[in-house]
Amino acid sequence: MTDISPREGHHDSTAAHEVEARPGYLPVADIPHRPRATDTDPKAARRAERQVASMFLLSMLFAALFVVAYVAIDKTTIIYIPVFGDVGASQIALGFTLGASIFLIGAGAIQWAKKLMPDVEVVQMRHDQVSPQADTDEAAANYERGKDESGFARFKMIRRTLIGALVLFPIPLVVMLRDLWTPTAAEQGQSPADILSTTLWHEDLRIVSDGTYAPVRPEDLPVGGLISAVPEDLREVEEVEGNLNARGKAAIILVRMSPDEIRSQQGDGWDYQGILAYSKICTHVGCPIALYEQRTHHLLCPCHQSTFDLADSGNVVFGPAARRMPQLPIGVDAEGYLVARAGFAEPVGPSFWERG
Amino acid sequence: MTTTSPVEKAGGATAGYVDQRIGSNKFLSRNLGKVFPDHWSFMLGEIALYSFIVVLLTGVFLTLFYKPSMLEVIYDGSYVPLKGVKMSEAYASSLDISFDIRGGLLLRQMHHWSALIFVAAMAVHMFRVFFTGAFRKPREFNWIIGVVLTTLGLLAGFSGYSLPDDLLSGTGLQIARGIMQAVPVVGTWAAFLVFDGEFPGTDFIARLYGVHILLIPGLILALVTVHLMLVWTQKHTQFPGPGRTNDNVVGYPLLPIYMAKAGGFFFIVFGIIALVGGLVTINPIWIFGPYTPDQVTAGSQPDWYIGFLDGALRVMPNIETVFLGWTISWNILIPAMVLPGIMFTVLGLYPFIEAWVTGDKGEHNLLDRPRNAPTRTAFGMMAIVFYALLWVGGANDIIAVAFDLSINSIIWFLRVTLFVVPPIVFVVTRRACLGLQRRDREKLLHGYESGRVLRLPHGEFIEVHQPLSDKDLAVITSKTDHLPLPAPEKADAEGVRNKHYRWQSMRHKLSSFFYADNVPKPSAAEIEAGQHHVAHEAELEAPLHEYEDADEIRQYHGGVLHHPGEPETNAEQIEQQRSQH
Repeated sequence: MTDISPREGHHDSTAAHEVEARPGYLPVADIPHRPRATDTDPKAARRAERQVASMFLLSMLFAALFVVAYVAIDKTTIIYIPVFGDVGASQIALGFTLGASIFLIGAGAIQWAKKLMPDVEVVQMRHDQVSPQADTDEAAANYERGKDESGFARFKMIRRTLIGALVLFPIPLVVMLRDLWTPTAAEQGQSPADILSTTLWHEDLRIVSDGTYAPVRPEDLPVGGLISAVPEDLREVEEVEGNLNARGKAAIILVRMSPDEIRSQQGDGWDYQGILAYSKICTHVGCPIALYEQRTHHLLCPCHQSTFDLADSGNVVFGPAARRMPQLPIGVDAEGYLVARAGFAEPVGPSFWERG
Repeated sequence: MTTTSPVEKAGGATAGYVDQRIGSNKFLSRNLGKVFPDHWSFMLGEIALYSFIVVLLTGVFLTLFYKPSMLEVIYDGSYVPLKGVKMSEAYASSLDISFDIRGGLLLRQMHHWSALIFVAAMAVHMFRVFFTGAFRKPREFNWIIGVVLTTLGLLAGFSGYSLPDDLLSGTGLQIARGIMQAVPVVGTWAAFLVFDGEFPGTDFIARLYGVHILLIPGLILALVTVHLMLVWTQKHTQFPGPGRTNDNVVGYPLLPIYMAKAGGFFFIVFGIIALVGGLVTINPIWIFGPYTPDQVTAGSQPDWYIGFLDGALRVMPNIETVFLGWTISWNILIPAMVLPGIMFTVLGLYPFIEAWVTGDKGEHNLLDRPRNAPTRTAFGMMAIVFYALLWVGGANDIIAVAFDLSINSIIWFLRVTLFVVPPIVFVVTRRACLGLQRRDREKLLHGYESGRVLRLPHGEFIEVHQPLSDKDLAVITSKTDHLPLPAPEKADAEGVRNKHYRWQSMRHKLSSFFYADNVPKPSAAEIEAGQHHVAHEAELEAPLHEYEDADEIRQYHGGVLHHPGEPETNAEQIEQQRSQH
C-alpha cells in the first residue's frame, strides 16, 4: 500500500480543483463526499479486509470441494432435497460448489472495491467525436490524390468493367448453393411442390396402427375413439430412405363416430361405418395434432390451437389455420382390414406458394 | 511510481518489451485511469456481456461431447426409460451429456440458462438505453449494433434450442419450416435447400450446428467487440447530477475501481448462472423423447424470447388467399415475417426517426430522465406492452389451463387489446411523464412539501417547504426545453413557392406532437427566488429545529460512529454545526 491516496485531502469539496498534478491521478469531482466507516475507522477497515480475504478463502474451499464431489459422488445417485425433490446428487453438489467458488471471487472483489478502494468520484473531460478540420481536409486531399493517381475517374472502361466483375464474381458462390438440396433417386425430376403434394397413400394400401404396425380392423376402433396410424409400407420406406420424411406427410388419425353424427365429409362416403381418416399434420405450420375432444369432435393443435371439426369435413372452427385437415378416403379390403381407397386429394401439411 | 517486488519488476519489464514492439504503453497511459460513471442500470449491459462469455465457455465444453448427427442409433446410456429406443445420434449424445458425463448436465443447463439471461439482459439493457435517450448522437451506430446483436441472440438461442433433437426442439423446427414454406415465390425452394429436401431430412442438425457454434457466435463476438470499442472511445453516457455536464465524465477510474467492480461482477454473474444451472432444471430433454414428425407434446412452449412470435402466430386470424393459383398465407406471413420485420426495423431506425422529428443535431452525453421525453417514453411503453401482449398470446394454452379460461376468449381478448391497449398506455404514460414534469417544476419553485405546518406569530399558518439538495437540484435542472421545429412558409418573401412545404409541414407537426405539452423549466431567476423563499420559511422554523436537531444528534451520537476527537455533548455538536454553516 502506498502512502499517497487520492482520498486524502479531498473530503471537502473546496479543495477539489487545485489538487491534480500527480501522474496517474485525476481531478476529484466537485461533489460533497461522505466518508465511509472504513475511511475513518481503522477497525472497520480491518474488518472489511478480513471479510474480503475470507470470501477468497471460501472460494478456494469450494473449488476443492467441487473436485471432491466430482470424484466421490456417483453420477447415478439420486437424493431427496426438500423443495427440489428427487435430484441427482452429483449435479446438485457440482453446481453448488462451482457456483459458490465463482460467486465468492466476485463478491470478494466487489466488497474490496466498495469498502477499501477510494469512493471519491473523479472527472475526465470528453471531446467531440468530430475530427479536427485539418484532418478532414487531409483525408479529402488523400482521396483526391488516390483518385487522380489511379485514374479511376478518367479510365471509364476500366471503371465499368471492374464494377461489372465485382457484381458478377459472387454469382458462382450463390449458384453453388443449389446443391444444398440434392434430390434422392425417387425425387429426381420433381419440383419441391410436387414432392410436398404426394404422400405414400394410394389405393388399397393398408392402414396400420402407429408403433405396432398392426393392420386395423374397423371393430378395433370403438365409437369415440382415436388412433394414430400410418401406411403399411412406411417401415420399409423408412428403412430404404433412412429418414423420417415419409412419416411427416403420411401420418394420419382415425376417429370413429356414429355415422349420423357426421355432418359432412370431403367426399361422398369417404368414411367407413363412421370411421374417418384425416391427416395428422396441421395445415397451419405443420405440428402433428392429436388432441381430440370426442364429445364435440373437435381436433386441437397443441402448438397454436387451431381447431378443426372432424364431424364437419375437418373444417377450421377456430385458430390461425386457414385450411381444413385433408381427409383420406377409406374402406376395407377382402380380409376386412382398413385400407385407403385413394391417396390424399390435396397436399397435406402447411401451405406453400405453388399449392394453389 | 516505484515498483518494488520482483513480480512487479518482471511485469514492468514485460510491459516494456511489449511496448517496444506494439507501443502498448501509449494505450495504457490513456486508458488505465479511464473514468466510467456509476449507476446500477449500467450493469445491465455488463450482465449481457458476461452471460455471453459464460455461453461461450460452456458451449465449448458441450461441443466436445455433442454429436451433430441425425444418424439413427439405439440408445444404451444410463437413462433407463429410453434404453433401447431408436433415436438420432444428436439426441443420444445430448442424453449422454445429461446423464453419463459428470457435470455434463450442469454445463448444459448453465449453457441454456446463460443464453436465456443473455437475451433477457440485452432486452433490459436496450430499455435502459432507449428510455434515457442514450441512443442519441453520437451513439446511433451502437444502437444499431445493439439491435443486430439482439436479433442474433434470438437466432443463436433458437438454433441451440433445436440441436438436442428431442421432441420439443423438432417441433420448433417444424414450425420454422412451416413459416419458411409460407414465403411467397421462393419459400418452398428455400425450405428444400435449407433442409436438403423434405422435413426433417437427415442433414439439418449438422448444418444448424455450424451456424450455432461458429457463424452466429462469431458474428456476435465481432459485433460485441465493436460495441465495446465504441463505448470506450465515445465514453459512457452519464446521468445528470452535481458536477456532471455534457462535456465531462464523473465517476471512478478503471484501475482499480472498475477492474474490481466489473471483474468481480463477471464472477458474480458466472457464479449465479452456475448455481441456477446446478439447482434449477431447464429443458429436461429426456422427458420429451426423440423427435418424430408425427408426435408432439401438449403445452409445448418455445424459450421465452421466441414467445412473442409464437403468440403472434396464435393471435393472427386465419387469412389465406389464392391468387392466380398461387397461395399466400397471410396467417403466417404477417405474424412471423412482416410483424417482426417491422418491429426490428422501427427499433433499429428509431434514433434516426427521432432525430429527424426533433431536428436535434447536438451531441448528447448526459442522459435524459424518461419523464423529460414524454413522447419517447410513451412510445417505448406502448411497444413494450404490445410485445407483452403477444407474449401472453404465446402462453395462451398455459393460461387457459391455469385459470380455467377458454382459449378462444383469450385469443379474442388479445386480438382486441393488441390494438386498444397500447394507445391507452401511450396516453397514460405521456400524462404521467408530464405530471412528473409539473411536480419537478413545483419542486424548483417551492421546494419539497415537508408536511409540517407552522403557525407564525401573527397567526398565519404556513406549510414549511424544504430546500432541494444539491443533487436533486442538479438532476431536476438538467432538463432542457426543446422547441418544436418552426412551421414552414408556403412561399418565401419573394413569392417563390416552397417545394418542400408538405414534407416540412409534416415534420413540423410531428415535432410539435413530440414536444407538445412540455412543462417549461422555470428560469434561473425564478428557481433562485423559489429556493430563496424556501430558505426563508426554513429560517422561520429554525428555532423549533434547534431542539429537534439536538435530539437527533443524541441518537446519532449513541451509535457506533463516534471517534476520538469528536464532540461528546449535544451542546458541543450544535456549536460545531453552527460554526460550520
